[in-house]
Amino acid sequence: MKAFEAKRGAWLIPALAGLTLALSLASLAHGTVPVATGAIASILLGQAGLPPVFGAYETFEEVIILSIRLPRLLLGLAIGATLAMAGACLQGLFRNPLADPGLIGVAGGGGIGAVAAFVLGGTVIGALPALEAWILPLFAATGSIATTFLVYQLAKVRGVVSVPHLLLTGIAVNAIATALIGSLIFLATDDQLRRFAFWTLGSLQRAGWRECLPLIAVAVITLAWLPRYGRALDALLLGESEAYHLGVDLDRVKRALVLLCATAVGAGVAVAGIIGFIGLVAPHLIRLIAGPGHRVLLPAAALLGAALLVGADLIARTALAPAEIPIGILTALVGGPFFLYLLHRDKQRLVP
Amino acid sequence: MSLRSDSISVIRDGRAILDSVTVELEPARFTAVMGPNGAGKSSLRKTLSGEWSPDKGSVYLDNTPLHSLPAAVLARRRAVLPQEPRLAFPFSIEEVTRIGRYPWRGLATPAEDAAAVADALRAVGLAAPPEALYTRLSGGEKQRLHLARILAQLARPAAAPQLPCFLFLDEPTNNLDLAGRQTCLRLARRLADNGTAVFAILHDPNDAARYADNVWLLRDGRLFASGPAESVLTTPRLSEVFGVPIATATANGTAVFFARDPSHSPSK
Repeated sequence: MKAFEAKRGAWLIPALAGLTLALSLASLAHGTVPVATGAIASILLGQAGLPPVFGAYETFEEVIILSIRLPRLLLGLAIGATLAMAGACLQGLFRNPLADPGLIGVAGGGGIGAVAAFVLGGTVIGALPALEAWILPLFAATGSIATTFLVYQLAKVRGVVSVPHLLLTGIAVNAIATALIGSLIFLATDDQLRRFAFWTLGSLQRAGWRECLPLIAVAVITLAWLPRYGRALDALLLGESEAYHLGVDLDRVKRALVLLCATAVGAGVAVAGIIGFIGLVAPHLIRLIAGPGHRVLLPAAALLGAALLVGADLIARTALAPAEIPIGILTALVGGPFFLYLLHRDKQRLVP
Repeated sequence: MSLRSDSISVIRDGRAILDSVTVELEPARFTAVMGPNGAGKSSLRKTLSGEWSPDKGSVYLDNTPLHSLPAAVLARRRAVLPQEPRLAFPFSIEEVTRIGRYPWRGLATPAEDAAAVADALRAVGLAAPPEALYTRLSGGEKQRLHLARILAQLARPAAAPQLPCFLFLDEPTNNLDLAGRQTCLRLARRLADNGTAVFAILHDPNDAARYADNVWLLRDGRLFASGPAESVLTTPRLSEVFGVPIATATANGTAVFFARDPSHSPSK
């Protein structure tokens, strides 16, 4: 049964899970202060109330692992996995291997929210000081989700969302978002501008448990839910009317996919800024290895996205330590040329 | 057990592209739909298959209005081979055929799915191996593969009630060579003999005369003539509908239709 698809994906998922695990351990071990693998295992076991059977550790090591590196690792895993899985879903929905969560307004809307938080946030904090830590993620997430909702509503033709309209509306709304960001930048002070510029480059630096937990919850729900639409996405690759003839409830599937992707990616953008290319490169690599079937593509892309982002963050933290490279620079610097190489090497399979 | 339309009209840009069409598709009948370009054949196919809602009138499947049926329920009763199926992703032949099993998820056993896919591929006579990539196939091979996908969709699992199905073929012989054309129409004929209601948009009256039970002739969005193939397919009527002189000649004891070109015929 499922002979071919299952065969193509059989070894892939365990291999990617192994890669993600190895990079996660490396990410916990490396940094300004190296921590031995045995000590990491003992610290994690200690949290479960078990004795430190893998060796002793210092208290400062426990603090570094538990309050700095672990939340950052989990954040990287969650954001990498959701970016990649959302990218794969939207590429299927748009029947375009170059689609990206940015197309439905997630990044543009998040950008408006973020720049508004930097420029106007001071006024809000003055009124409600308790909100200080939440102002950026709150504004960015609201911007992402509201913009996507707007794009979705504007793309309706006679009450039905048409996928080509969704794409074109996204492009138009993104252009308007860029203009709005520009006008807010015009009002910004130099310091606000600098902070916004760094936000657009993306970073996992702000990660503490407080920012992480809601995001991880959103990511887990999305990652568990989206694969339910795998077979519907396969049918959608044939075209909308063909998918309808095959029994896909188009309205429900489109609404669910856009909403889930916008929420998950928007939450990630809110905490970590704009991290490009993971959503494009991870699904592509999996399609090259395992073909376009979504039942393997979605989980495999999520694992690869998680591994790529954790790997990139490890480099971002250690390459120029103690300085930190914004992770968006790394993913674009490595992802861009790699993507060009893929396009060049196998034109026919990538963009037929 | 039928699919019928009750005086349906479809209006686009103020013009009726379908005008008060009342028709009925019956199980075990092969209906050929013919007419000049722009006569409304594809519009009729889209409306009868549920893709479009008529602006006037209704379509009924076993007396239930079609538009009240969820896509998932409808997909277990009717399949559609569109005019130009497009797929830009490198699925394998086996995977494309398996997409046809979507309506039966949760109802068919894995063995039934595998059998439906294998049977469908065998029936369309696709020479390429099941793991060959769709994007590398020729136009005709792609057409055969989509036909296999439709056949896989129509294969009912044992757990589903055995109801007659409706098959819509929109110019199914496009892109096919002579052998492929024969395979396709023979398959449709065999499905009709086994109880499926077949709706096929055809261009060649000889195909209609040879394979179809009924013929619907459309012109300007209206049903111009309908009935048993042998009574609808007459040279005066075909000449009138298509606007070119159509004549018959006898070859091997069968009448063959052909369009005469007055500018090339030997003048008297």
